[in-house]
Amino acid sequence: MTIEATRMSLAGTLAPQDYTASELLGVMSARLLKDGQTVFAGVGIPLLAAILAQKTHAPGLTILFEGGVIGPFVEAGKLPPSTNEQRCTRRANMLVSITEVLLMLQRGYVDVGFMGGAQIDRYGNLNSSYIGDARNPKIRLPGTGGGNDIASLADMIVAMKHEKRRFVEKVDFITSPGFINGGQTRAAAGLPAGGMFRVVTDLGILGFDAETRQMMVVALHPGVTAADIKANTGFELPVPADVTTTEPPTPEELAILRELDPEQLYTA
Amino acid sequence: MTPLAYSDLRQRTRERDRSLREKVMSLEEAAKLVSDGDHLAVGGCTASRTPFAMIWALVRASKRDLTVSRSIMSTEGDIFYASGLSTHLITSWFSQGIVWGVSKVMRAYTESKRARFEEWSHMAMGLRYRAGAMGVPFLPMRSMLGSDVLGMVSGDGEGPADASFAAAKTMECPFTGETLLAVPALNPDVAIIHVQRCDAYGNAQLDGLTFMDIDIAMAANRVILTTERVVSNEQIRRHPDQTKIGFFTVDAVVEVPFGCAPHECYGLYEPFYSHMDMYAEMTARDPEAGARAYLERFYHEPKDWADYLSRIGMAELLDAQRRGSGIYDD
Repeated sequence: MTIEATRMSLAGTLAPQDYTASELLGVMSARLLKDGQTVFAGVGIPLLAAILAQKTHAPGLTILFEGGVIGPFVEAGKLPPSTNEQRCTRRANMLVSITEVLLMLQRGYVDVGFMGGAQIDRYGNLNSSYIGDARNPKIRLPGTGGGNDIASLADMIVAMKHEKRRFVEKVDFITSPGFINGGQTRAAAGLPAGGMFRVVTDLGILGFDAETRQMMVVALHPGVTAADIKANTGFELPVPADVTTTEPPTPEELAILRELDPEQLYTA
Repeated sequence: MTPLAYSDLRQRTRERDRSLREKVMSLEEAAKLVSDGDHLAVGGCTASRTPFAMIWALVRASKRDLTVSRSIMSTEGDIFYASGLSTHLITSWFSQGIVWGVSKVMRAYTESKRARFEEWSHMAMGLRYRAGAMGVPFLPMRSMLGSDVLGMVSGDGEGPADASFAAAKTMECPFTGETLLAVPALNPDVAIIHVQRCDAYGNAQLDGLTFMDIDIAMAANRVILTTERVVSNEQIRRHPDQTKIGFFTVDAVVEVPFGCAPHECYGLYEPFYSHMDMYAEMTARDPEAGARAYLERFYHEPKDWADYLSRIGMAELLDAQRRGSGIYDD
């Protein structure tokens, strides 16, 4: 046990200064995954959180990677820099083509789609394509990859930093659809399945109203107030009176994350 | 990229010599199979099994005005823009890789509108190649609907820029009445694919992830295979179940060891991470000048592929190989 881990376990409960925002994201989103589920994971925090879940409460979690991988166990210290490399395939049950693994989403074999986000709006629409006007963009971003397909076809968990510039009234461009304009507009667009389930941030856990499909707070992380989360959101974000507080990361969860990503590729 | 008329597709296939014949040649000879203005499809995905040796030869042969498609583009996309080989890329995601951030070369060319990055969802790319492989003009699917990604490729965004632009169209299912998206077939003029091994006829056996390569080979009107090793036809016939790309689709075979460097080839070498870091650093401050300097040093100056690998460096090569072959360790 490292000195740091000893110090933490002696202290009993961890305080926010004991972990980074990315580590908090990793732990909180891992806890949302259930044993036995099939999760389609993007690279970065989703990948890390899915492996953490496998190593804690969900040893039977089946991870899918876009590169065509079904059910791998990625090795600690050898995280892949994308979901399309040989490191993603370690101890997998099956390798298929990219098209085949994406078609599993359409066929309905994926319980949870899990990815990061650059910009999100009140209906859970995600933008990873353009900052500014798409015809004359300020910044051209890398684009959808499988993000659009995952968000169109699966129940979604999104993990991202909570900043006002990322939580906007309306995204500049809908790369990956959430509930589009709220209400029934997603189904009306030809997307009868899937949709946003949870958005995990470093301030709290967010869900969506069953009728209006607007984003709302489900839980706050330790030390975060309703005023904090509202101040960091670019639209009106309801915080129910009975909002709960999440349990802080445990020393065990953090130790696993740090063993997985010793170079802090994703958790800096 | 309007879908090829079916009669033309059949005609182009009829015209090819599809007999069981030896087709081993050099990179330079294979480059002659690509004409200016062609649609070139690139096998592999992101930093995996990128046919870099063939791309290197096409840059050196000064090809121009290619439309290039790939499932996901990494640093080779930068090379296509910076070398002048293409100003129109069709893909689902384009940057060096998530750990290196957004590609500055991609940004420089697209934000100044000197080049296009036509974005489709990853599944749409897959089904477009599959439609091409199946000999049908489109396939229906259930994503991209309701998004602005669809808007950009269906006429209410930047496209159709010209008559050759094949837009996606929503359709009503003739059986259920549901809304579906029809995505148009891609039948590339030429596909370039790197494999671990194939025989002189072009029967290719792939290890690990196949990405979209099998559909791309079937969809294309011409296929150039580069391979780590040319093996005997006898070896292929001992395990025909391992053959993923058939000789009848293949027009050229080029043996090129480390043909994906500095990217990965499954089971043989991982990406050359220090070199990828160096490239990111070279293109960080002045992306275009950095990319030009990179092209000069690694594409134009080397006298041959071995010289290219020497310039990347033996230490890098050994490290990538050590990590790559580790996939088979328990």
